[in-house]
Amino acid sequence: MEKVKLTIDNKQIEVEKGTTIYKAAKQLGIDIPVLCYMNLEDLGIENKPGGCRICVVEVEGGRNLAPSCSTKVWDGMVVNTHSMRVINARRTVMEFILSDHPKDCLTCAKSGNCELQDMAVKLGIREVPGEEYAEMSEYKIDFSPSLIRDLDKCIMCRRCEMMCNEFQTVGALSAFNRGFEAAVGPAFEMDIEHSPCTYCGQCVAVCPTGALTEKDHTRDVINALADPTKTVIVQTAPAVRAALGEEFGLEAGSRVTGEMVAALRRLGFDYVFDTDFAADLTIMEEGTELLDRLTKHLNGDKEVKLPILTSCCPAWVSFFEHNFPEMKDIPSSARSPQQMFGSIAKTYFADKIEVKREDLVVVSIMPCLAKKYEAQRDEFKVDGNPDVDFSISTRELAHLIKEANLDIKTLPKEEFDTPLGESTGAGVIFGATGGVIEAATRTAYELHTGKKIENIDFKQLRGLEGIRKATVDFDGTPINIGIAHGLGNARKLLEDIKAGKSEFHAIEIMSCPGGCIGGGGQPLHHSDSGILKARMKAIYEEDADKPIRKSHENPYIIKLYEEFLGKPMSEKAHHLLHTCYFDRSRKVEIS
Amino acid sequence: MTKYKMHLLVCGGTGCRASASDSIVESLKQELENKGLSDEVQVIMTGCFGFCEKGPIVKVLPDNTFYIEVKPEDAAELIDEHIIKGRQVKRLLYKDPEKKESIADSKHMDFYKKQIRIALRNCGFIDPENVDEYIGRDGYMALGKCINEMTPQDVIQVIKDSGLRGRGGGGFPAGLKWEIASKNDADQKYVVCNADEGDPGAFMDRSILEGDPHAVLEAMAICGYATNATKGLIYIRAEYPLAIKRLKIAIDQAREYGLLGKNIFGSDFEFDVEMRYGAGAFVCGEETALIHSMEGLRGEPTIKPPYPAESGYLGKPTNVNNVETFANVPVIINKGANWFTKIGTEKSKGTKVFALAGKINNVGLIEVPMGTTLREVIFEIGGGIKDGKKFKAVQTGGPSGGCLTEKHLDTPIDFDNLIAAGSMMGSGGMIVMDEDDCMVSVSKFYLDFTVEESCGKCSPCRIGNKRLYELLDQITKGKATMDDLQRLRNMCEVIKDTSLCGLGQTSPNPILSTLDNFWDEYVAHIKDHKCPAGQCKDLMKYVIIEENCVGCTACARVCPVGAISGEKKQVHYIDPSICIKCGACIERCKFDAIIVK
Repeated sequence: MEKVKLTIDNKQIEVEKGTTIYKAAKQLGIDIPVLCYMNLEDLGIENKPGGCRICVVEVEGGRNLAPSCSTKVWDGMVVNTHSMRVINARRTVMEFILSDHPKDCLTCAKSGNCELQDMAVKLGIREVPGEEYAEMSEYKIDFSPSLIRDLDKCIMCRRCEMMCNEFQTVGALSAFNRGFEAAVGPAFEMDIEHSPCTYCGQCVAVCPTGALTEKDHTRDVINALADPTKTVIVQTAPAVRAALGEEFGLEAGSRVTGEMVAALRRLGFDYVFDTDFAADLTIMEEGTELLDRLTKHLNGDKEVKLPILTSCCPAWVSFFEHNFPEMKDIPSSARSPQQMFGSIAKTYFADKIEVKREDLVVVSIMPCLAKKYEAQRDEFKVDGNPDVDFSISTRELAHLIKEANLDIKTLPKEEFDTPLGESTGAGVIFGATGGVIEAATRTAYELHTGKKIENIDFKQLRGLEGIRKATVDFDGTPINIGIAHGLGNARKLLEDIKAGKSEFHAIEIMSCPGGCIGGGGQPLHHSDSGILKARMKAIYEEDADKPIRKSHENPYIIKLYEEFLGKPMSEKAHHLLHTCYFDRSRKVEIS
Repeated sequence: MTKYKMHLLVCGGTGCRASASDSIVESLKQELENKGLSDEVQVIMTGCFGFCEKGPIVKVLPDNTFYIEVKPEDAAELIDEHIIKGRQVKRLLYKDPEKKESIADSKHMDFYKKQIRIALRNCGFIDPENVDEYIGRDGYMALGKCINEMTPQDVIQVIKDSGLRGRGGGGFPAGLKWEIASKNDADQKYVVCNADEGDPGAFMDRSILEGDPHAVLEAMAICGYATNATKGLIYIRAEYPLAIKRLKIAIDQAREYGLLGKNIFGSDFEFDVEMRYGAGAFVCGEETALIHSMEGLRGEPTIKPPYPAESGYLGKPTNVNNVETFANVPVIINKGANWFTKIGTEKSKGTKVFALAGKINNVGLIEVPMGTTLREVIFEIGGGIKDGKKFKAVQTGGPSGGCLTEKHLDTPIDFDNLIAAGSMMGSGGMIVMDEDDCMVSVSKFYLDFTVEESCGKCSPCRIGNKRLYELLDQITKGKATMDDLQRLRNMCEVIKDTSLCGLGQTSPNPILSTLDNFWDEYVAHIKDHKCPAGQCKDLMKYVIIEENCVGCTACARVCPVGAISGEKKQVHYIDPSICIKCGACIERCKFDAIIVK
């Protein structure tokens, strides 16, 4: 690689050709403030429209200041990152941005966790001159089941647009209008509900301000907990325990499973259960379906559709319903763990504790915003009563815990309740990309071959590559497995299937970068992909620590089938644990 | 043009067509038919003559008689007198405003005397819808010469030697641009003609495309040959329907003649042109934004590098030039770089087309050698200021150019001098202002435009320009402080310094140049709450001079808001809290009893 030498703030450095000034300065430990720029390095996600102009620096010989995030270095370049000209420019530009930004920080969902707020502090902004006559851009607030768009707070960083279009290829968000009126949203300024949005929440995960936030359900949860006539139970998704600690100042990757259980119990939940239990259940159903299709295929049945696709991720389900409705019979019909849990809780468990369905409130803690939307889909309601009443994100849970004057750091470790709190390592790894298919493989292998797996860690299925491929030897039968995270990567695999070019027997798809650990409801990563890696590590550590690591060995799962469901794919299981998909491709309406 | 004895050239530019030049053509043809002269006299609708102030124009060949302000009903007289009897129709001739003499031949008019027409060479001479007429004036000769006698490198060398610089605003050397594009290898390259003329009041490109579309097609093909590109695209705003129509006709004719398409002039060279339509966003004149718009993406610029010559349309090397730049190319090839370099100044060769507008007598389109002074343009060609008023400023370079004053009048116009003076060449707009123009309001007017036309991508341009506009508005209302002026200048400088593309990098120019050149006027608004030009309504007060008022009640009756009270034959009073400063009372008062303070 060709090298170039340059000088930044009187310090010499040699970097690879093509490096940006920002990255070169970083190597020297020089911190250039950035606002619109975002880089999730390990995932190859970079947003550098050069739009905010906060990161401008002075390049000797240049007529104007240069945006360091997107200006490449050249040999002999001399850069000054903090000259008075630069500092004045940054402040003035920041004053411009703030002059068109609401000052309701007191009630803003992002307050305290807002990159714009931090930048205002960093740049020493104490007033916005001319504020008394400065016009502000105004838009109507757009509410949806999962997220809320308040474009008055949009600073046109375009991160959401990049995630939605380039990473997810969903195309729900793009810039509209010109000049002062410009903002980012669905085409024709439609509501997000009428767009092809999948509610993956990645726009929310990257938004530096309060323009994009989750639909908050904490008030509903508080009301339910306060209601003496209700029995309130909670399920927690695997990825939550690997990230919740960050909200309490713990290092990324800290596992706080026991502390989280303790907190939930103190918040007043009657039963603290684990979505991981439902993940094990998912494996039983989905794994059986996989084996069923696979066996038929191996026996020469031409009717059977392969590859089978996982269906745990609600944003992914929306994505194929919107974009590939003609392939809606390919994904597994198994419901997601959240919904399997809700369904079992309001039948099997409700019967056990003799509580009427309508008096049982199921709350889910999810790393995800699409789960909010999934919970209120009509298929998952019985006489209008949803299987899962409220889904709140990891961030919302952290707020609740803090409000109750609890601290994850000081709480004791406690155990989940039984029977829906017992899970295996296979359920835990659902939280990371590749985890579902690894869990399925552990079970499918043993059920198919009748032999014990020697090495339970299928490391070839793990990692952060956008699309991964692996072949697992099922005792002489090679099974080709594909894994994609990010809907853009999923689209590629789907296009291959459509074109008849897919060589896979089974594919796992997760919408978010890194899987659920990088979900739209997780603590904000503030463009540090190291955080995602640390969470992923925590997930696999949790798995390794579990005494049981295969779903079909979960004693409470075995019991559930014995007492209630019969066997996987039974009629009852079909009724309670499976679903069907809809063609949503024509739902684009122009109002 | 051999068969006919005489030709009647009628201007078919958009301006003259708006004054019914279509009907003039019809009437002339009808008259000729009535007189049985249709076979001897041909009526041709040409492109713009430039002298729009006096349009519609009809020119008679071969005697070069130049008729102005012709109406359809003049057709009979023109045919009867000029064509049949051989007598000029005096009342339709141009009269020199000073000498009061009629001038029949345009080359003796002040408006045309100092002009040299290269880019506009065929406008007003040929029927733009007839390729034969273009060929008749050496059209496609340059393309033939390039393909048959020159290598691509030779062509680039000629353009480089000619010193031709981009006429779209940037002034980047065209030959160098071609060379960069030619050196970037790719399976497909593009030549793009930027016809997204967006400056308000500018119509240089439109006139060239309407009057001489083949010149642009020929130049694009030459560029394609030089850079090894086989596809040409013309990005033109949909608001130019006549230019689009004529371009389409020209493309069809050129294809029919084998001047576009495969095996041009029997060689292996292949080149074809397609049209792309813009929705009229000003920012799409910026080449990266233009390319994004052509790709079907949002019309907003991206950071350069990469330049289009490396990665342009669909990621392929693309050479983008403006219409006027292209229009110069065939002549340079035909007459040589040496000829071209003799025209103009040391660093700006050739001519420049300007659209003269504002408070000037001869509004229109002119082409002058680089180095002509502003004084020559405004006072000789432009005929001076309207209604004998005093010259105050001239704004060059479109909405983001600067306002130059009396002291700049003897500056020879070229790319570098205009920048040194605090303005720029831009694409060639030139708006003249007189003593009645308030320079703060003028700045506000231009900022209003840039606020509307910013794409919104970068914060300084999206928000900063809006804030500039608002502060100017405060000044025109007498609500600003002297500290605000300091802040105004700082905002201007930061917006220039930090904006992503040329739009924001230049939009504060009108303010900066007026702060420099008309500081006192800003101060008057702030400190004295007065608008010296009497334009800022909020700073005006209508008052009745008691001595002059006879109490006729005419003013009270005409006032639309009932702001004036008073008994008959008593002195009247204007309530300033109600008055909307419409001026109706002043107009009605016969006794000069109402003044604006």
